Amino acid sequence: MLESRELTKKYGSKTAVDHVSISLEPGHIYAMLGPNGSGKTTWMKMAGGLVKPTSGEILYNGAPIGINSKRDIAYMSTEPYFYNWMTAKDVGKYYQDFFADFSMERYHELLERMELTPDLKTKALSSGMMAKLKIAVTMARDARVYLLDEPLNGIDLLARDEIMRSILQSSGSDKLLLISSHLVEELETIADYAIFLKQSHLIEIVATDTLREEQGKSVADRYREIYGHGGEN
Amino acid sequence: MKYDNAIPIYLQVIRVIERDIVTGRLAPGDKLPSARDLALVHGINPNTAARVYRELEQSGVCFTRRGLGTFVTEDEGRIRALHEEMADDIVSRFVSEIMEIGMTREETISLLEKRIESCSKAEN
Repeated sequence: MLESRELTKKYGSKTAVDHVSISLEPGHIYAMLGPNGSGKTTWMKMAGGLVKPTSGEILYNGAPIGINSKRDIAYMSTEPYFYNWMTAKDVGKYYQDFFADFSMERYHELLERMELTPDLKTKALSSGMMAKLKIAVTMARDARVYLLDEPLNGIDLLARDEIMRSILQSSGSDKLLLISSHLVEELETIADYAIFLKQSHLIEIVATDTLREEQGKSVADRYREIYGHGGEN
Repeated sequence: MKYDNAIPIYLQVIRVIERDIVTGRLAPGDKLPSARDLALVHGINPNTAARVYRELEQSGVCFTRRGLGTFVTEDEGRIRALHEEMADDIVSRFVSEIMEIGMTREETISLLEKRIESCSKAEN
């Protein structure tokens, strides 16, 4: 459904994503893991159509990412992207104008669950509240693909449960979810596949329960092996 | 629920459901939540939830009626067997640990008896 082939992105002399080939299928929740600078955000931005590849390609249902794919792909970036003057209600209207699959009803339901009110000004939001608002507006879309870049950043433990619930509710056999996080433990039970990126390269993609069953390792254990001391540097 | 992330999640959820059946919290013939709801309740991947039911069905602990959902088996014999499997599991873990620290058979039995005695006193 979403496939990158030898996908590469260079910024000047720095290579952010280096010949990464991955194929992602609907009906799964993928965790994209790796420390800062490993290429997660750049890969997602290319899948979201915000950044053009330097070489290689990224395909959605066999066709290059473009206007058509944006209709089906809900991308949530790490950094906030709303205008200062907007209220939570304005953010919803803005999305409604842009995306045919956006549901205002679902948005309000999500806002309520996140304990946010429509009249809140985005400039007055704490980082945790902003993170919740971003999730609410993204998950209010009935998209085929959700790309969530660090959805748990700056969010307290209780709100995390609520966010995880919203993410799970949007999953389904025809949906593809990709979540990046450096909070590996939070994704252990929710992701059925883990993608490990290191220094712009793909290290591996594993089924999480297979990792547990065949190697007796958690995703966090494998993470430590790859990135920690004794890892393949 | 808190998981041990180094053990397959589907096995841990199976254990929770089996325990509920054995302790009677779930009765024979009871309807279980849909795989989707199971995923939400336990905070697990929906494919993991579907696997939980597939495995429980295969072992005869649950059965699925098309369009109606998944139910606890009505076969009392199967539930008794499950009870025994679970007890055997607990005992074998206990025995291997107690042997590891070098207890004799007699010491172990006497310890067990004492413990059971004090537990039943506490209950009365």
